[in-house]
Amino acid sequence: MLNLTREQLLNGAVVSTLLVLSALALFLDEPFYITLVTKVTILAMAGVGLNLALGLGGMVSFGHAAFFGIGGYVTGILASHALNEELLFTAFGFAVFGTTNMLFIWLFAVLISALAAALIGYFSLRTQGVYFIMITLAFAQMIYYFSIAWPAYGGEDGLSIYQRNQFFSINTLDPLSFFAICFSLLLAVIFLVSRLKNSHFGNALQAARQNEQRLAAVGIRPFGIKLTAFVISAMITALAGALFADLNRFVSPGMFSWHTSGEIMIFVLLGGVGRLFGPVIGAGLFILFEYYLGGVTEHWMLFLGVMLLTVVLFARGGIVGVLAGEVKHD
Amino acid sequence: MTDKILNIKNLVKTFGQLKATDDLSLDLYPNEIHAVIGPNGAGKSTLIKQICGEISADQGRIEFLGKDITHLDVVARARLGLGRTFQISSLAMEYSVLRNVMLAVQAVQGSSYSFFKSIGNDQVLRASAMESLKEVGLENRADVCAAKLSHGERRQLEIAVVLAQQPKAFLLDEPMAGMGAEGSKKLTGFLDTLRLRAPILMVEHDMDAVFSLADRISVLVYGKIIMTGSVAQVRNNALVREAYLGED
Repeated sequence: MLNLTREQLLNGAVVSTLLVLSALALFLDEPFYITLVTKVTILAMAGVGLNLALGLGGMVSFGHAAFFGIGGYVTGILASHALNEELLFTAFGFAVFGTTNMLFIWLFAVLISALAAALIGYFSLRTQGVYFIMITLAFAQMIYYFSIAWPAYGGEDGLSIYQRNQFFSINTLDPLSFFAICFSLLLAVIFLVSRLKNSHFGNALQAARQNEQRLAAVGIRPFGIKLTAFVISAMITALAGALFADLNRFVSPGMFSWHTSGEIMIFVLLGGVGRLFGPVIGAGLFILFEYYLGGVTEHWMLFLGVMLLTVVLFARGGIVGVLAGEVKHD
Repeated sequence: MTDKILNIKNLVKTFGQLKATDDLSLDLYPNEIHAVIGPNGAGKSTLIKQICGEISADQGRIEFLGKDITHLDVVARARLGLGRTFQISSLAMEYSVLRNVMLAVQAVQGSSYSFFKSIGNDQVLRASAMESLKEVGLENRADVCAAKLSHGERRQLEIAVVLAQQPKAFLLDEPMAGMGAEGSKKLTGFLDTLRLRAPILMVEHDMDAVFSLADRISVLVYGKIIMTGSVAQVRNNALVREAYLGED
């Protein structure tokens, strides 16, 4: 007999909702709605990444736009070189021209963001609280201004990707196929995070959030645990950034801006800090507000703000907390 | 002397004008309980923090198992086998009692970078954590959230965690604090058997416990150890009576 918790039921409902919405859009022949659901899926993934650092590790990063943007720009740069047949660089006598293969693009997006996160985390994690928030923000803003000032890849205007990149022989321009790719990746990433959460590593990471002194006293160095989690978190957000670039077939410095960091954080806060599917609900509500209220008034952010305030003040576990109850550690 | 477990030599720590630790030397032998007593503000907490590495000494040297650990941090010292408890319980409050102990077990195993090994199904981890809980009599509270424990139970859990670390020396910062008469008595009996596993250096206010447990007592006043001796010697020392015991 399956014995599901309320949270597991809720998670199932969230997954079903995304699937039903995309099926409905297909049935009604409204591909735009599939794209909208795909956007939710991708933004949710960015939130799942941040949630690993923020929710499990207590690292309130206000600079995850850096990794989202790196994922996007790696995609844009690799694809534009491949499409224009321009040399990217030569290494060991081999000329590298970029690629339009999503698998390689994802690999590079994830690796380069991991390097960036290791560097940013190494310095930022020496601080705590507000200082950590400000330093991560500062790093992301540095990259933001760099991307504006770098004319080779469009500067302020951003960079267009003329065709969507390739994934085996699937027609990625078909909205449903691209949704299927993004949705599968989101589920895979959530599965990965759930395994991490319940692992020995996750046990140490969540202890670091609660009481670093305790962790150090038993002989586990909090810095290493947190830095590792920060890097994995960045890699997930970068993968989302790569998909986002392919969704829009365009990348711009906006991906690096603090607005993006703020939005990713809103997904997490709204949905539920530290809850596996929290960012999916958060991103879903955000897009719902942006699309429907945004159509009615340009001040839709005001309503989002009121909702966020309500959730933060009265429901500390976010929407998942309200619907599924408090977190239980066995 | 290599048979000293802990050997502290000429330790100095000053905060501004205040000498919190003043040329302090102290040692710990196998199987003994060495208690440090002293009036409030004598520098007992500062001493404990220097031994476990939370604050660094200005001068002097700390040797543990023959190794110079003066410049090692808290984590490195814990890994060498220095197990400490806190004066004010310091636990992962959202975790269950069992999970707090499991953290110490996985630290000993060195498996904290195991990314996929689930702690829920890890029977070895659970079993050895349970073992420590049984020793302190908390096995029936294993699934309770640490935040829901009573003060006394939190103290017991601190001890269970430090047991799971399998330390080579115990460093106990006021283990009896707030335990109540019954709890103190039980804990005193328990600590008496614990010394066989590893020696204990403890800072304690509860004189009944100190006098019934300690093999040696050091009396700390204004950062200086004014004497070290047996229970009888300390009880009969005029200086100690004046500085500390004579208060009442």
